[in-house]
Amino acid sequence: MTTSQTETKPIISMENVSKHFGDFQALKNVNLDVALGERVVVCGPSGSGKSTLIRCINRLERHDAGRITVDGTELTNDAAMEKVRGSVGMVFQQFNLFPHLTILENLCLGPRRVLGLSPKDARDRALTYLERVQIRDQADKYPRQLSGGQQQRVAIARSLCMEPRILLFDEPTSALDPEMIAEVLEVMTELAGSGMTMIVVTHEMGFARRVADRMVFMDQGEIVEVGPAEEVFSAPKSKRFAQFINQILNH
Amino acid sequence: MKNLLILGTSLFLLSGCSGNWGWYVVDPTTPSGFNNLKFMASGAIYTIQMSLTAIAISVVVGLLVALPGLSEKRGWRVFNRTYVEIVRAVPVLVLILWVYYGLPAITGITLGVFWAGVFALALSDSAFQAEIFRAGIQSIGRGQYEAAQSISLNYRDTMRYVILPQAIRRILPALGNQFVYMLKMSSLVSVIGMQELTRKANELVVAEYRPLEIYTILVLEYLVLILIVSAGVRWLERRLMGDEV
Ligand SMILES: Nc1ncnc2c1ncn2[C@@H]1O[C@H](COP(=O)(O)OP(=O)(O)OP(=O)(O)O)[C@@H](O)[C@H]1O
Ligand SMILES: [Mg+2]
Repeated sequence: MTTSQTETKPIISMENVSKHFGDFQALKNVNLDVALGERVVVCGPSGSGKSTLIRCINRLERHDAGRITVDGTELTNDAAMEKVRGSVGMVFQQFNLFPHLTILENLCLGPRRVLGLSPKDARDRALTYLERVQIRDQADKYPRQLSGGQQQRVAIARSLCMEPRILLFDEPTSALDPEMIAEVLEVMTELAGSGMTMIVVTHEMGFARRVADRMVFMDQGEIVEVGPAEEVFSAPKSKRFAQFINQILNH
Repeated sequence: MKNLLILGTSLFLLSGCSGNWGWYVVDPTTPSGFNNLKFMASGAIYTIQMSLTAIAISVVVGLLVALPGLSEKRGWRVFNRTYVEIVRAVPVLVLILWVYYGLPAITGITLGVFWAGVFALALSDSAFQAEIFRAGIQSIGRGQYEAAQSISLNYRDTMRYVILPQAIRRILPALGNQFVYMLKMSSLVSVIGMQELTRKANELVVAEYRPLEIYTILVLEYLVLILIVSAGVRWLERRLMGDEV
């Protein structure tokens, strides 16, 4: 095995990816490679295609042109999709916890039904990850009994229970009250430190500066700017990105 | 309240017209009255058995018809619409007669009165169950499907563990209504000779010539059954909702 090759080969590769909704083109010839362990932050104005981009990676949306390869599997059909979903987790803006299940049941469902873990193993794993997001004492409650920040941390733990290689975040703090944003970002920062490959759509520029290896700026379905976080922040190449940063920082 | 007043007044007038009430036919303190009541009540077991069996079948069939209605594939949706529109258009009474007298002619299979009744009731109700399930499932947001997909649940597990448990909580009141409706519709099976509540009452009327009293008791019998069902559904609702508070 040539280690240099496996290390340099991207875990996610998007080549000339396009996506239409009817006549509207949400993604236009997008190219993006993400290396194993890399943390990428995606930002851009509303409607620029950020969600569509990451939803194509776990095939919640189907791209209609170009190639997407995730963890060695090209996304072409449903069989590939199933394989890929096993290695990709996703955290949603609205948490999307299962309201009729307790926190513990939310976490155990995937490991039990998909990974075939025994009830005890699933439970142990769930408690481990609840511990990691610092919410173990809420295990027997129902989602609605938790604050937004706690619910989002549960959602992160639910993804982690599937032990994915890649975690996608779609504006994980946008639905939260300001005082709860920090606790979620803290968990995400800790995750980033552990070497998880992450793609995070967010407008939290402080977080981006701290953890992002690379920043991606999207506008009107295109990747307008991409580069190391410090670099693009201090010297944005495109006018649109400069404007965008200004708006975000001054709002 | 107004209805009760009207009912009371009509009963009073009717009793005036006929000179005297004949409650003796159903007077439990006399041996013949007691026997008559027992005769009438003995139909309850069939009313209950038929309704329960029919509702159980129609819930399952309804769900199986509802799922294709939610498919992305047009063919499946057309199947759903066709089934619902056709089955819903046939009056229950006609369906009962058709199943009992018509089906054997086509298929050679003769169903007993009980199963013919159950089959017709379930078939008729399944179209409504399908619509209830479809609406209930559609009321569950897309985010729940996406969350299930993101942890790799397959379609069956997504339905079984995520979507249906939530949908059923929402449609429970509607399912309760259908059960009440089923109890009432089961009276129609009397026309093919099923010895349920209504048939028993009819037979007693023929023997005793006391329709007012006997049918009044019949009304009360259905009322009691339906109140029991309503209480049961409310209990179930509380139990299922309880864990969400
Ligand atoms: N299912 C859909 N059907 C039709 N159009 C869609 C659909 N999903 C997204 N779009 C359109 O595609 C464009 C990109 O949407 P997307 O959700 O990717 O934007 P975004 O960058 O995530 O925006 P936001 O910051 O508001 O979340 C938008 O114009 C949106 O209206
Ligand atoms: Mg979005």
